[in-house]
Amino acid sequence: MKKKRDYTAFNSNLIRRPIKRCVWLFLLPTFAAFCIGFLYPFAKGLFLSFCKYITTRNWQWVGIDNYIKAIKDPSFLHAFWYTALFAIVSLIFINLLAFMIAYALTQGIKGSNLFRTVFFMPNLIGGIVLGYIWSLIFDGILTKFGTSLLLETKYGFWGLIILMCWQQVGYMMIIYIAGLQSVPESLHEAAKIDGASKWQTLIHVTLPNMMPSITICTFLTLTNSFKLFDQNLALTDGRPFQMVNGQTIKTTEMLALNIVNSFNENLTNRGVGQAKAVIFFVLVAAIGLIQLRATRSKEVQQ
Amino acid sequence: MKKFLALVLASIMCLSLAACAAKTDGDGDKEEAKGSVYYLNFKPESDQAWQDLAKTYTEKTGVPVKVLTAASGEYNNTLIAEMDKKDAPTMFQVGNQGALKTWGDFCYDLSDTDFYKEMTTDDFNLKGENGEVLAAGYCYEAFGIIVNKALLAKAGYDLSDIKDFDSLKKVADDIHARAAELGFDAFSSAGLDSSSSWRFSGHLANMPLYYAFRDDNVTAQPAEIKGTYLENYKNIWDLYITDSATTGADLVAATGDMSTAEFKEGKACFYQNGTWEYAGLIEAGLKAEDLAMIPIYCGVDGEEKAGLCCGTENCWSVNKNASEEDIKATLDFMYWVVTSEEGTTLLAEQFGPCPFKNAKEPENVFFAQANKYIEEGNYVVTWAFNYTPAVDNWRAGVVDALAQYTAGKGEWDAVKTAFVDGWATQYAGENG
Repeated sequence: MKKKRDYTAFNSNLIRRPIKRCVWLFLLPTFAAFCIGFLYPFAKGLFLSFCKYITTRNWQWVGIDNYIKAIKDPSFLHAFWYTALFAIVSLIFINLLAFMIAYALTQGIKGSNLFRTVFFMPNLIGGIVLGYIWSLIFDGILTKFGTSLLLETKYGFWGLIILMCWQQVGYMMIIYIAGLQSVPESLHEAAKIDGASKWQTLIHVTLPNMMPSITICTFLTLTNSFKLFDQNLALTDGRPFQMVNGQTIKTTEMLALNIVNSFNENLTNRGVGQAKAVIFFVLVAAIGLIQLRATRSKEVQQ
Repeated sequence: MKKFLALVLASIMCLSLAACAAKTDGDGDKEEAKGSVYYLNFKPESDQAWQDLAKTYTEKTGVPVKVLTAASGEYNNTLIAEMDKKDAPTMFQVGNQGALKTWGDFCYDLSDTDFYKEMTTDDFNLKGENGEVLAAGYCYEAFGIIVNKALLAKAGYDLSDIKDFDSLKKVADDIHARAAELGFDAFSSAGLDSSSSWRFSGHLANMPLYYAFRDDNVTAQPAEIKGTYLENYKNIWDLYITDSATTGADLVAATGDMSTAEFKEGKACFYQNGTWEYAGLIEAGLKAEDLAMIPIYCGVDGEEKAGLCCGTENCWSVNKNASEEDIKATLDFMYWVVTSEEGTTLLAEQFGPCPFKNAKEPENVFFAQANKYIEEGNYVVTWAFNYTPAVDNWRAGVVDALAQYTAGKGEWDAVKTAFVDGWATQYAGENG
């Protein structure tokens, strides 16, 4: 039977055309929210990074002074290198662990789903809460040895690495599991017939086919580490400190925390904090883009 | 169905936007005629009392009073955010010299107002360079070492046995040595968690600062300090961390609640804190007659004549940039608070003694004690730490060095560096 055309159906042109014409109306709320919540603050922030101000209404133009001060600030430089080191170490640990667990959990062992859920759960807890809980755990152990998380930089560093691994491995694991499952079974069979060992299959067949997952995971861990704030604040808040030439260096302070601190600590110097934030934005954006491009080029078309 | 949902969602968004817009309109209407008061309060514990008082005032006079209370520890951020708005607070707090440096340009000169004429002393006011009264201290507080006299008697001592640092140390050492037998220790834990560390980087550090400033007749924020009395600071700190049940690295993360609990439960005889703790201690079941507050002795010559550390960070300022009607309404409100029955009751209940002609006597025994010391001719240890530059930063540095020293990881010299060099650095940062 020939299907009768129903002009009053929802997807008919009669209904669709007026809706289509109103496209701007549908876009407007989101666009307005984007402007109010992102574009305007960003533009104003950029502008204020060239000003001296306490309240944002009363500003005074100072040019690139703030940027010079920011770059010369030893605590900012320390925070930068510390963050870079942290990002690299956590990138390696999180991705290795996540991949290993994902691989183990796709071998068809009993209770895989339960394990996946359990490993994923830490990701649902907020960073501040995690930071305080882990600081209690670490200090509980360290005070037995007459020391504390807040007394040595290395404890603060590895403490944060452990915390971040615990929190993020589960999330990355889910992405890797999806990646592992998307590798076509026929490729594995072909490799088996060709006499490849399990290890060779993993390196030459599975991994190249998983490049999209690896891209997204490295991208996420790298930017997450660079932007890390709440865990850093709650775990050590930059302690221990070091006095260098009369300047206080907070040895476990990362970039985001350094920016917030310099913004709040000294009200006459808020512009410098703002300048640091702009530098930070450019940095994170650049790293993200470079990294994305580098891994994309290795992807294999299936 | 999907299209319908999208339509609903879009209209909800439009409506909420419209609702926001409508709300601002409403605020605008209120501002007619007489002017209004907007008070930014910084003590969360007295929020309800202020809200009630504001309501009473509005009922009586028709002048709208809005009270906003900043979350604990968030006063500065809230002030900055609120000052940025069109309807900025007309009445706010400027606690110390550092804050005055930032907010001085916003402060209305109070010296010619009826409110100011009600004040009995200038001691707690903050003044500008030409003597204009920019912030009026509306109450004062005192801190020292809180003593549980009942426990002290159990150990065989009396308050009169403690006259200076040496006698304090003798009593404390003895109690600490017999702690197991007595069932309590000398000092409650001197924790260095941020909930407790301000007692030492702020209040205890006041001792070396006060004596140094007294020697040098300091009356304005100094660019650098010498740390002449840091040995005394070490004396008393060593006593706190030795004659206590909690020592060493355990103190690094020990909290303020822990320390308070030890004192409330009768596990410690001494507890360094201030008059504001009184209500909490009484609520916990301690008896008023068992409580006393003694000066912090640290081995300075002539300290037998020391009194409690009295001062304030509670100072009202009026926003100069507010409209004329609003300034007038605010000044009227302030005058009413310090003269009316309702207002003075609130001040006495929430803040203790207040330097106004009509002020009421508070019940707090610690204040009675502070006054007794003054009557006996002892000198008041003023709050010298109000001069601290970039106070949070400076204190953070001192706390960190104290933590290293206390855990046995660092030398006392590091504390000195944080104290003396840190001061110069923070001063330069704030003024450079």
